[in-house]
Amino acid sequence: MSVVPISYYLVLSAVLFGLGVVAFVFKRNVITIFMSIELMLNAINLAFIAFARAHNQMDGLVFVFFVIVVAAAEAAVGLAIVIMLARHRQSLSAERINSLKF
Amino acid sequence: MNLPFILFFICALLAVLGAVLLIIAREPIHAALSLILVMIALAVLYLLLGAEFIAAVQILVYAGAIMVLFVTVIMVLNAEAEERTDFSKIAKWVGLPLGFVLLFAIAHWLYRAHVGPVVASGAGIPAHALSTWDLSTELFRHYLFPFEATSFLILIAVLGAMILARRDE
Repeated sequence: MSVVPISYYLVLSAVLFGLGVVAFVFKRNVITIFMSIELMLNAINLAFIAFARAHNQMDGLVFVFFVIVVAAAEAAVGLAIVIMLARHRQSLSAERINSLKF
Repeated sequence: MNLPFILFFICALLAVLGAVLLIIAREPIHAALSLILVMIALAVLYLLLGAEFIAAVQILVYAGAIMVLFVTVIMVLNAEAEERTDFSKIAKWVGLPLGFVLLFAIAHWLYRAHVGPVVASGAGIPAHALSTWDLSTELFRHYLFPFEATSFLILIAVLGAMILARRDE
């Protein structure tokens, strides 16, 4: 067995997080903006697991477990909000959602 | 070069490719499929790091449940290709290079950072070091209260989703 250095995983995590931020800023569709948040959460999970491996501690894995649970809850609520927005605005473009009250 | 390295680079390449495809995809359904590619590649990386349980949860919950929810919503709402707006000049000539500089700086710093006692997959630590047994022991001993709190969180999320997506009478 050879060794993949932990720093490789951390660099990959940073790159994925950066791409997630870029997607979050660039995308126009509410659903794809939401997906880029999920991408950022995934990048953070990779960093957590890499650090858990580096320090041989279980806490990183427990945090990842909680992040996944919260992401599932967040996806359910967020997509319900998206459905509500689409019903009221007839559009998924983030630029059309420009008022606080319907 | 040997197997873990090759596997790591293939999966890293697939993950970055999926993320780039997510950015350039115009149809939301294509973006969802490329996000699934990222998640599966990351699950393989978790296996490579020795976290089997998290890899299984990643496939089941992320690539399974969450992405099915996304794809269902895309299909229910019949989401069409997103409209493009013109790039502003500032975003093109200042924002993008600065973004790449930031990305490079973070990657460089992380690469240089001293990450504790660096051990990596299979290097001198017992094979069961991050096993499911240890994870469950940790979860139900030290993190029992947060674990119970998440069940309330999910309950509230389910109720909230039902109330939000309900059709007004």
